[in-house]
Amino acid sequence: MWVAAALLVVVVGSVAFNFLTPWWFGEVASNWGSIDDTVLLTFWVCGVVFILIGLLLVFSVYKYRFRQGTRARYEPENTRLELWLTVGTTLGVVAMLGPGLFVWDEFIRVPPEASEMEVFGEQWRWRYRLPGTDGKLGTTDIGNISMRNPFGLNDDDPNGFDDVLIQSAEIHLPVNVPVKALLRSKDVIHDFFVPQFRVKMDLVPGMVTYFWFTPTKLGEFEILCAEYCGSSHYLMRGVVHVDRPEEYQVWLQSQPTYAEMLAAARPSSRDIAAGRTVAETNGCLACHSLDGSQVVGPTWQGLWGRSEKLADGSIVTVDEAYVRESIVNPAAKIVDGFAPVMLAYELPEDDMQTLLAFLRSTVSVTSMPAANGLADVGEALVQSQGCLACHSLDGRKGVGPTWQGLWGRAEDLTDGSTVVVDAPYFKESIELPNAKVVKGFAPVMLPYQFTDEEFEAMIAYAVERLAAP
Amino acid sequence: MTQAEVPYQETMVVHHPRSWITRYWFSQDHKVISVQYGVTAIAIGLVALVLSGLMRIQIGFPGLLPFITPDIYYQAVTMHGMIMVIFLLTAFLLGAFGNFCIPLMLGARDMVFPFVNMLSYHIYLLSVLVLMASYFVPGGPTGAGWTLYPPQAILPGTPGVDWGIVTMLLSLIIFVVAFTMGGLNYITTILQARTRGMTLMRMPLTVWGLMMATVLGLLAFPALFVSAVMLLLDKLVGTSFFMPAVVSFGQPLEHSGGSPLLFQHLFWFFGHPEVYIVALPAFGVVSELISVHSRKNIFGYRMMVWALVAIGVLSFVVWAHHMYVAGMHPYFGFFFATTTLVIAVPTAIKVYNWVLTLWKANIRLTVPMLFALAFILTFVVGGLSGLFLGNVIIDVPLSDTYFVVAHFHMVMGVAPILVIFGGIYHWYPKLTGRLLNNTLGHVHFWVTFLGTYAIYYPMHYLGFIGVPRRYYANGMESVFYPESAATLNEFITIAALVVGLMQFVFVYNLIASYFRGKAAGSNPWDATTLEWQTLKTPPSHGNWGDTLPTVHRWAYDYSVPGEEQDFVPQNVERKP
Repeated sequence: MWVAAALLVVVVGSVAFNFLTPWWFGEVASNWGSIDDTVLLTFWVCGVVFILIGLLLVFSVYKYRFRQGTRARYEPENTRLELWLTVGTTLGVVAMLGPGLFVWDEFIRVPPEASEMEVFGEQWRWRYRLPGTDGKLGTTDIGNISMRNPFGLNDDDPNGFDDVLIQSAEIHLPVNVPVKALLRSKDVIHDFFVPQFRVKMDLVPGMVTYFWFTPTKLGEFEILCAEYCGSSHYLMRGVVHVDRPEEYQVWLQSQPTYAEMLAAARPSSRDIAAGRTVAETNGCLACHSLDGSQVVGPTWQGLWGRSEKLADGSIVTVDEAYVRESIVNPAAKIVDGFAPVMLAYELPEDDMQTLLAFLRSTVSVTSMPAANGLADVGEALVQSQGCLACHSLDGRKGVGPTWQGLWGRAEDLTDGSTVVVDAPYFKESIELPNAKVVKGFAPVMLPYQFTDEEFEAMIAYAVERLAAP
Repeated sequence: MTQAEVPYQETMVVHHPRSWITRYWFSQDHKVISVQYGVTAIAIGLVALVLSGLMRIQIGFPGLLPFITPDIYYQAVTMHGMIMVIFLLTAFLLGAFGNFCIPLMLGARDMVFPFVNMLSYHIYLLSVLVLMASYFVPGGPTGAGWTLYPPQAILPGTPGVDWGIVTMLLSLIIFVVAFTMGGLNYITTILQARTRGMTLMRMPLTVWGLMMATVLGLLAFPALFVSAVMLLLDKLVGTSFFMPAVVSFGQPLEHSGGSPLLFQHLFWFFGHPEVYIVALPAFGVVSELISVHSRKNIFGYRMMVWALVAIGVLSFVVWAHHMYVAGMHPYFGFFFATTTLVIAVPTAIKVYNWVLTLWKANIRLTVPMLFALAFILTFVVGGLSGLFLGNVIIDVPLSDTYFVVAHFHMVMGVAPILVIFGGIYHWYPKLTGRLLNNTLGHVHFWVTFLGTYAIYYPMHYLGFIGVPRRYYANGMESVFYPESAATLNEFITIAALVVGLMQFVFVYNLIASYFRGKAAGSNPWDATTLEWQTLKTPPSHGNWGDTLPTVHRWAYDYSVPGEEQDFVPQNVERKP
């Protein structure tokens, strides 16, 4: 008796819960309201089945409970009943599947007017790329990724240079414009999910996946990574700002293109190595030593940022402009004590870029600890090693503490103690990241190994550019 | 399969035990091996239970136990999932129930290959030990999630990437070897060693369920085997079966050209039939429980058999419904959504027939029957929520959320486990000669059934909000996650802890009743199938006397009009 009552409570309670629940889809903010309709349709079909089966179960348990002396009805089969049930179930399935497949067909057909947006995922941050003025995204290759080319664009594809690169987890989209999201991953599988848009799709390394949607509501929407991607999966978040068209344009204009980013780039170790090769194959090193000895031309040891006295008595700082000029027009500014014997060179821009990268690395680590150049090397390191995937520079809480105002800041640790961020702590936190974890963060960072020179460069970078206010 | 005049095992000489070690450890008696499988599976299941408790505490009360770091959490998630699916559910349903039921229900003396059967258990034990070794290797077990998706499973950023993933893959490889030995044995025994009169269409549905599940297992586990071997090669040798070119934490890796999606296809080609490897034996056993305890024949026996076969066949063409948002070609969505929803038809028929069996029955609300009723309700909810996820477009918002967690826990976690409990309460008297304590059984039942329902039913709705699964914590200020969701998570955690603790009461009952339980007699439930008709209870090694029983009727002659008792055992001759 009370078994039947308990089962009845479960059945009725489940139905009541469904109608009273405060936990439900948030208001839809894209064109995919049709997905919600399909869900509701499925709810009705399944709900009716659940209620019928549940009540029949409850009724049988109550009505046909054991009585001594009575017998159950002996009925092995009832072909007609079984046939009807099969047909009825099939109809129910068709009723749910038909509309579902119809909406799916819409979902996989991208309207031709949709604008493209690339979502680029890595452990554990989101970045984005927009097509720029030509409306086309440049092609990419994961092997191209370097400090100066964080998205791995192909430099021989002219479509890529005007691509807008958004190196932050926040993306803006204009309202009521269909978007085709192209998804790409740098390392493992991620999944781009915005609950209010009702859409998600995996980012799979080695391939490009897609989905499309039209944002229909202004506002901010949270992006969640919905495919497990390692220890800090749960912290891989971003934001979509859906803007009015004019606001969107203002935002878009303030974002750098790939070409602009290249112009401001700082060297990576790969570029430095390539630049050294350029210097060797063009014979530069025949006349410019790297060990401080003075040969035909001035030594390149400690060159970058050095003040040179010229033959005319003036002083010049070795920077990009001076180096470029000295290559193209060597006789223009001769260092005091040297003869104007160097020939003019015309280097392709690529070679020039890498050579400049190499020359930037010629900063003397020991003699000029606070030089601009050293901090540049440090900054290049932290970017190429992926530190900024977890440590923001804008104060936003990421997987790890923000680096805005890092140097000299007092941090509360998980063990209750406090530490001031100085060189020993900085170094320890890189080599043994989980020894002293800042309160509110999880011990998920991997240990990294650097040489003493590299540490010095990163510390120079931190002292100069991450100082607490 | 024509029936031999003299059944295959009539004159079989069973390997008689000689010493304690061959009797209880390296025994070739299927009943001892069944208990070995059962005890090992329950023991490892308790580990998974404790891990789930730790997970729930972190989800409901983040930071309450400071030692649960993200790494510890994800390791618990991974180990809990793998243990429950493979090392508890598969091992218990096929290893324990399969070994116990198949020879006894078919009137055989033992499995056809008793030595291989013994080996099968010991290799399974080895796989469990290798899995548990994960907790003692440097870095601990893998935290890749039970699906072990590459590249993440073998790259830095995931716990246990050095050793844990290797022990996990080795353990799976060893398990597949054990399963293959056991599985070949089950199939051969069912096809070859049935006693005289036991035609295929007279077999109890339990045996049908076990047979179909074993066929599925023998066809599906090889896919797991090769994916484990290939992933191991990617990890240890640096091959690129599943590894494309990637840049991991700033380091370009040597891999190139591999396909992460290939792993998913292989994994789910195993993984989806695996759901039915767990479900089909449960379907069979629960059919038995419902029929016996409602004193009525199972309704639509032939339809039940064909539904099992249909589900088994269809289960091989639905695997990619786990991958709707994985980035595979979108046209696959049409095909796999259709096959997936088609499989609902034979499954629904089984549900109807269980409920129709109760119609005009004479229901004894014994503890096994209560578990069977709870199974029906739980399975209906889990099955219906599967219709949401199987319909490709609805999967887009719900995939990777708590809706999925709720769905698969109800349909292939709680539902089969309720059947396992029901089966244990049902067959324990035959195995030991004693009944389990009835009061403890009722307490265990109500807390487990209502508790699990309270855990998983509301959890579906967290999925509608969009709460993603496999989140260690909400982690940051969030606009999508309402405060009330955290409250619901607290409630779920408390329910889960209560249900978890109750299982120790069950284990206590298992042990205490072995020594102090009421004597059961040979057929306490008045059941018709052969295992209740043995000469001795518990049955001796070899099960039967000098001759094997002869079967004269199907397995479900309950309440037959004109018969004196409300059941007629299968080995009773028909009246002329």
